[in-house]
Amino acid sequence: MFVAVMLVLVTVGTVLFHLLSPWYFTPIASNWSAMDTTIDITFWVTGAVFVAVIFFTAYCAYKYKYDANRRSEYEPENKKLEAWLITLTTLGVIVMLAPGLFAWNEFVTVPKGAAKVEVFAKQWGWAYRFPGADGVLGKSGVKLISDNNPFGIDPKDPKGQDDILINDSEMHLPLNKPVHLLFRSVDVLHNFFVPQFRAKMDIIPGTVTYYWFTPTRTGSFDALCFELCGTGHYNMRGKVVVEEEDAFKAWLAKQPTFAKSMAKAGTAAEKGFAKLDSELAKPGNKNSKRVF
Amino acid sequence: MAYVAPAPAEVEEVELYHAHSFITKYVFSQDAKVIAIQYSSVAIAIGVVGLVLSSLMRLQLGFPESFSLIDPAQYYQFITMHGMIMVVYLLTALFLGGFGNYLIPLMVGARDMVFPYVNMMSFWIYLFAVLLLVASFFVPGGPTGAGWTLYPPQAILPGTPGSGGGIILMLVSLVFFIIGFTMGGLNYVVTVLQARTRGMTLMRMPLTIWGIFIATVLALLAFPALFVGGVMLLLDKVLQTSFFMPVILSLGEQLEYGGGSPILFQHLFWFFGHPEVYIVALPAFGVVSDLISVHSRRNIFGYRMMVWALVAIGGISFIVWAHHMYVSGMNPWFGFFFATTTLIIAIPTALKVYNWVLTLWKGNIRFTIPMLFALGFIVTFTNGGITGLFLGNVAIDVPLSDTMFVVAHFHMVMGVAPLMVIFGAIYHWFPLMSGRMMDETLGKIHFWVTFLGAYLIFLPMHYLGFLGVPRRYFEMGETNFIPASAQSLSAFITVVTVIVGVAQIVFFYNLFKSMKSGEIAEKNPWKAASLEWQTPDQPPGHGNFGAELPVVYRWAYAYGVPGAKEDFVPQNLHPDEVGEAGAHEASEE
Ligand code: HEM
Ligand SMILES: [Cu+2]
Ligand SMILES: [Cu+2]
Repeated sequence: MFVAVMLVLVTVGTVLFHLLSPWYFTPIASNWSAMDTTIDITFWVTGAVFVAVIFFTAYCAYKYKYDANRRSEYEPENKKLEAWLITLTTLGVIVMLAPGLFAWNEFVTVPKGAAKVEVFAKQWGWAYRFPGADGVLGKSGVKLISDNNPFGIDPKDPKGQDDILINDSEMHLPLNKPVHLLFRSVDVLHNFFVPQFRAKMDIIPGTVTYYWFTPTRTGSFDALCFELCGTGHYNMRGKVVVEEEDAFKAWLAKQPTFAKSMAKAGTAAEKGFAKLDSELAKPGNKNSKRVF
Repeated sequence: MAYVAPAPAEVEEVELYHAHSFITKYVFSQDAKVIAIQYSSVAIAIGVVGLVLSSLMRLQLGFPESFSLIDPAQYYQFITMHGMIMVVYLLTALFLGGFGNYLIPLMVGARDMVFPYVNMMSFWIYLFAVLLLVASFFVPGGPTGAGWTLYPPQAILPGTPGSGGGIILMLVSLVFFIIGFTMGGLNYVVTVLQARTRGMTLMRMPLTIWGIFIATVLALLAFPALFVGGVMLLLDKVLQTSFFMPVILSLGEQLEYGGGSPILFQHLFWFFGHPEVYIVALPAFGVVSDLISVHSRRNIFGYRMMVWALVAIGGISFIVWAHHMYVSGMNPWFGFFFATTTLIIAIPTALKVYNWVLTLWKGNIRFTIPMLFALGFIVTFTNGGITGLFLGNVAIDVPLSDTMFVVAHFHMVMGVAPLMVIFGAIYHWFPLMSGRMMDETLGKIHFWVTFLGAYLIFLPMHYLGFLGVPRRYFEMGETNFIPASAQSLSAFITVVTVIVGVAQIVFFYNLFKSMKSGEIAEKNPWKAASLEWQTPDQPPGHGNFGAELPVVYRWAYAYGVPGAKEDFVPQNLHPDEVGEAGAHEASEE
């Protein structure tokens, strides 16, 4: 009896915790509500199975307690019952998998007009690059990186001249416009994640990875590094500000282009940044706002 | 109807190796039962190190400001060592080296493993691997802090703690572990296939043996992937090859590497890593089936399905590995394939859960300590299996991967659930191994605190993951999306962790006290039908079965057979002695 009661309490407690707990998804701020929906469906299906299985266990624990004068029923197999259970489980799996695959299909299919933005990762901070007026990001490479050219943009590529460089951990995005984030890392794996946007992808040195989403709510959102990248991993924070298109345009207009920043190169200010950079690279630095 | 006598033995008895001195009997022993205890002792000892590390990590997470015990570098070193110790050096070694060695010969009716000398080597190489692992705590720079997944490039670059001697020792230790394991593993497989006693057909083997057998086959196929991955990473580290290393700028310095692929390592790692989950889970599945059947006095429900489910899970587990890599940057189209295979594997797994529960149904359940732990397993495994359906479904994995949800999921399913089985198994087979019973009251205290505690630790942790709390974070710091209450929840989890950790003292006290002065166990105290309990001596002596090997007449689950004299029929009981049921049985042959 005691065991049965405990099993029931554990199950009921689990369900109540799920329903009443104040801790759940942060409200979504992107178009990926299909992910949340799939999760809801999965909760319903699996929750029902969990409750059924443990309640049934509790029932058995209550009903079939040991009695020296009784024998268990000898029934090695019940093919019909097993077939039913397999069929029902398969149905449950399909109900969960189908919406998941639809959502994934959408996630990996970048819409044509999505605006490209590069997210640039390095131990332990973020920077960003917008393609400028031509809408195309200039060629880049890790070997080209220097104090004057922190993004490693190819100075000979004309498409890179108008690229807009955000040498800061905060970037802005326009509301309700699909964005296609392209990720580049110079050193180790990283991952750019804003919980409210739901989308996530590792960043791999030597390759460019991507995801896309549409911001659906204005505000300032924390971006965290979500792939272990060394001692400073937990400190690798960024910010994404989503705002109306006009405000976004005004912000973008204030940022330097690659051509402009190269022209300025070699000034005292740049040397100052290099020094700041090496200090920030130290693990445990909590104020890593500006990285380069 | 007269019973047809079994065929004469096809294989002659082999001369057993007999030890002549204390050293060859207990130290460099070739007896599988001694090797089993050696394996288990080392595994549990290193497991306690893993447990202590987890408490230190939890103190940091629960009370980030108040304990300055550890710094970020140490935190990363501790999670790495904790993870690797628990998965490889504790669970794999304990289930296969420990339970495998002890139970395989006894349960299939063999006198020992078929290659006793290789078996002994296996243990000593394992011990050496553990010592290398421990040594990495003492080299300059400390052990590696790359995470148990050891992903390059960071695992071997200076931004990661222990990227000098630490990572080298880790990789070398793994290489030795795999060599040692391969020796033991070949032994387990060959013993199961070749050394079963007369009448012990494959479809009469206890599920414990099936679980260990399939897990060993998986391990023999999966570990080579880790082996080559480890060796290649070692070459990248020591000889500056570039298997996994692209052009890299590390902390402002251009390195000599170029052209390698970090994702290649992830594929090798998870080609091992996913089957590894089942290497831990399948023995647990097998053992728990036996615990449930014996202590509920009922035949296992759907034995054949249970066997085929084990085989199916084992097979499919080789084509699901990239579900750990949905957001790794691999070709996103893989997601469709791996999500589908992953959810398919849920079907045989669910069937196993149903059949465990249906074994309880219409049973005659004794709430012994092993039974309690088996019930604890059902709850935690069902819970953890369910969250696996979230993470396996690729679109859901996107927001949840690398959050505390993942940590909660894999602890529930491959941490707590197998540990429930290990504890249950120890309480169950302790009388066989020592001839004494363990204390029941202490056992109950141990069970309830551990089960409820572990559940309270890991259930709420899922919800931290929903909030977006990342795994592998030394501290959360300031964010504008995590409410302050999340920190209180984290502190609560830490308090429970400390209680559960301390409660394990009850277990060890019970273990050692019972070894010395526990109540003497009567012969076959649980009235189990499988062979290991039918040995002439308890504990079984060298050679296990006295003068003659047993002959097996039936499966291991003849509980509650109508017409039998008792409520169980041992596998080797001659049909003439079973009672009315014997005649019936013979006519069915
Ligand atoms: C009461 C027991 C345990 C507690 C309190 C505990 C706690 C923890 C904590 C706090 C982490 C770090 C989470 C993070 O920040 O990422 C962790 C990681 C981990 N634990 Fe445990 N753990 C326990 C038992 C186990 C067991 C039995 C296993 C065996 C499967 C295990 C396997 C792992 C693994 C594989 C990791 C991941 C390490 C990594 O991220 O590289 N743990 N554990
Ligand atoms: Cu990181
Ligand atoms: Cu897996």
